Amino acid sequence: MKSLHSPLPLALKTRGVSRREFVKFCNLMVATLALPPRYVSAVGKALSQTTRPVLVWLEFQDCAGNSESMLRTSNPSVAEFVLDLLSWEYHELIMAGAGKQAEEALERVVREHKGEYIAVVEGAIPTADDGVYCTIAGRTALEIAKHVCTSSAANIAVGACAWDGGLVRANPNPTGAVGLQEAVPGVKVINLGGCPHNPANTAAVLTHYLTFHDMPALDQYNRPLFAYGNIIHDQCERRAHYDAGRFVEEWGDEGHRKGYCLYKMGCKGPEATYNCPTVRWNDGTSWPVKAGHGCIACASHRFWDTKSPFYKRLPSVPGFGVDVTADEIGWVATGAVAAAMVAQVAGNIIRDKIRPKTRDDAKKPDDSGET
Amino acid sequence: MARIVVDPVTRIEGHLRIEAQVEGGMITDAWSSGTMFRGIELILRGRDPREAWIWAQRICGVCTMVHALASVNAVEDALGIEVPDNARLVRNIIAATQTVQDHVIHFYHLHALDWVDVVSALKASPAKTSQLAQSISDWPMSSEKYFKGVQDRVSALVASKQLSLFGAGYWGHPAYHLPPEANLMAVAHYLEALQFQKEFIHIHAVLGGKNPHLQSFLVGGMSTAMDPNEPDATINPERINFLLEVAKTAIGFVNQVYIPDVLAVAGFYREWFGLGAGVGNYMSYGGYLQGSIKDSADFFLPRGIILNRDLSKVHPVDPANVTEYVTHSWYEYAGGDQVAKHPYQGETNPKYSGPKPPYEFLEVDQKYSWLKAPRYQDQPMEVGPLARLLVAYASGQPDVRALVDATLGKLKAPPAALFSTLGRVAARALETQLLVNRLVGWIEELGNNLANGNVRIHNGEKWNPATWPKTAQGFGFFEAPRGSLGHWVEIENEAIKNYQAVVPSTWNAGPRDARGQQGPYEAALVKTPVADPDRPLELLRTIHSFDPCLACAVHVVDARGHKYARAEA
Repeated sequence: MKSLHSPLPLALKTRGVSRREFVKFCNLMVATLALPPRYVSAVGKALSQTTRPVLVWLEFQDCAGNSESMLRTSNPSVAEFVLDLLSWEYHELIMAGAGKQAEEALERVVREHKGEYIAVVEGAIPTADDGVYCTIAGRTALEIAKHVCTSSAANIAVGACAWDGGLVRANPNPTGAVGLQEAVPGVKVINLGGCPHNPANTAAVLTHYLTFHDMPALDQYNRPLFAYGNIIHDQCERRAHYDAGRFVEEWGDEGHRKGYCLYKMGCKGPEATYNCPTVRWNDGTSWPVKAGHGCIACASHRFWDTKSPFYKRLPSVPGFGVDVTADEIGWVATGAVAAAMVAQVAGNIIRDKIRPKTRDDAKKPDDSGET
Repeated sequence: MARIVVDPVTRIEGHLRIEAQVEGGMITDAWSSGTMFRGIELILRGRDPREAWIWAQRICGVCTMVHALASVNAVEDALGIEVPDNARLVRNIIAATQTVQDHVIHFYHLHALDWVDVVSALKASPAKTSQLAQSISDWPMSSEKYFKGVQDRVSALVASKQLSLFGAGYWGHPAYHLPPEANLMAVAHYLEALQFQKEFIHIHAVLGGKNPHLQSFLVGGMSTAMDPNEPDATINPERINFLLEVAKTAIGFVNQVYIPDVLAVAGFYREWFGLGAGVGNYMSYGGYLQGSIKDSADFFLPRGIILNRDLSKVHPVDPANVTEYVTHSWYEYAGGDQVAKHPYQGETNPKYSGPKPPYEFLEVDQKYSWLKAPRYQDQPMEVGPLARLLVAYASGQPDVRALVDATLGKLKAPPAALFSTLGRVAARALETQLLVNRLVGWIEELGNNLANGNVRIHNGEKWNPATWPKTAQGFGFFEAPRGSLGHWVEIENEAIKNYQAVVPSTWNAGPRDARGQQGPYEAALVKTPVADPDRPLELLRTIHSFDPCLACAVHVVDARGHKYARAEA
């Protein structure tokens, strides 16, 4: 793993200046996507295009937590995304332009890059009372979403709110909030749930898209399997304690200090799928269970209402936790879980699934790097 | 005479719209509008108060954790829980880390482009840039080769004709004064700060599992179990060393990059020490407990109010004097919209009465915002780093006194210069310097407790809801990066009966009240010059100097619980 204290200028090494860095970066991407090593040159070629693909990032009923999460990405860094890999032409949180100039930038993308750009959506979309609960430049979020997301090449919903309405939609849903897919029926959306999304997964999805012009294999919620295909409980570093019956009984007790299982404190890990325990957060530094707190299943569907109260112990999780409710996890993931019991590595399972769906696709990657 | 509209105001958190009247190259009147509403307090009703913080934290993902802390403070106040010393220290470390990181991101990524012309950096001489950088700081990344590399990267961007995030900027605007070399240096530091914020926040990852939206708070303490001998304890000696190393690295960046940059930029824009003053009243609830929570006087950054820019007197803060108006907000009060209500008596019936979207202008003589207008004894208050610094300065806090006097000396400016747009920028930088130094001390205290075998991190006496009274109410105060934050909670039968938050950006960004008094943003914009109404760069400077956080600012309190029939299964 990269040193946590590498010197600051990593983001400054331009591709032209340091070929070695770039190759290293391509290797990292191939590893993140669990692709065979021969894909390194394909990734490199895709990322060296002279015209950079255009991305717009829309914020609606949001807390900007997903934007902030994106600022923490390392492979690639946000500077590499913004300056080298993509042309990131609209994003309220960080773009230079404001007001009229910002809106003109968005309109120009929709007009001049129709069918070509990536739209990322953050936040829920209010539908009650004609959408008056969120307006930007005098237009409702609903109108903007319909306008921008029906002309894009791909739509990515980041975070729980853009996926299924998230917290904004939690009971009693005062503003009639929904996620992108429900707000704009018929458009293709990749959902990257989580509160917030883990930027390592989003970076991998974007890189996959840049390389293959296609999205990785998805589950029934249109979530990439490499990130949402495995149960947290099965990947948890505290799993051995669960199997041995060693539990935290009270906050701060001896078991808590020794890193025992948090199941009795309400941990939702046995019911949640995500690669949170393996990818972790903030350059792999930690994840909630390592900080001593139970999982709240933030990547699960409608988790605010379906997984709370968060400190209530889950009922009936039997030993060797492969038992999951099928309607929660879904049949695709359940299949993956069975495989995970053998392999324990998401990459091995999905390796073949994330190749382009059609081998004859004109845009298929160059395999010439194969050794 | 022209009406200008900036919507969206970008490089902020959330959705803010400013309308302003411009006459003779100057703003004569302004209106601030929050254009998004979620209703999180309503969603909290009926839920377990022990998890309120998990929900409330999602009020904001930029100043993530501040609502979590205010929330556990409120519930602990209601239930009479005192947290262990270690939990207080971990909370201080998390909060100070948040503020330092937030302030750095604000200066470089949200505010700098109002002062720095990115395209002008192409004209800079890398050799002269290197000389400039070395003349103001001993930061090692200052060679000619280094700045040439940054310039090449910007050149490649411009040559590609795809300027990405920088595409719609006001480059070449006459209000930009920095020489090309200062612009190039600032662009380099913009990129370095992107790397800094990501690595510095590893402190949150260790103590919160992740950032944004940390997951280690508990009513009664923290989940970060401590043990000097257990490798799997969240806090152990190896982790303390890691935190210290990250914090000390941050001191270098703040002292050698952030502070010199702010002083350099201020030197080229001195006229902004005389612009953007605003309402002239400043409030701080007090931040960072030094000892017991029961001793509300013992804050690192003290509590108090400054009125009418008079630094000779610090007035006390009494929460009973906080009220909110909805005269110009899209809500209704049963007793009429001309009266103000205290949060405990507050009621909110959202009722949009603005123009039907899509619209061109708001009806600013009527209701025009989703923000209410908070007042203290009927006076508008500015909150935030400048307010905290002024209250601390006027209170005679020795660290603040020394730092402010030294800085004003360097800038050859009187204390009155702080009542300004640039005063906010400077105060934020100085607060960062104070807190990043104090941060190391708190980590060391935590390490000492660990070494001495004091590992108590949670007070579990009231964890079981069966131990609670049938009804309870409490409030939690906290000084978030953007200012004074208060959460109020009422508990009945082990569930939340009512939940309320009065947050920093509501104080600053709120609309007019029944008497027509402007909110702080609105007042600060008056007399701001606007050279080109089509590109109102100067307006952005003053608004950004407050560091707006609009998702935080829009909230709803509905004490009577009506009008929400849109429940879902």
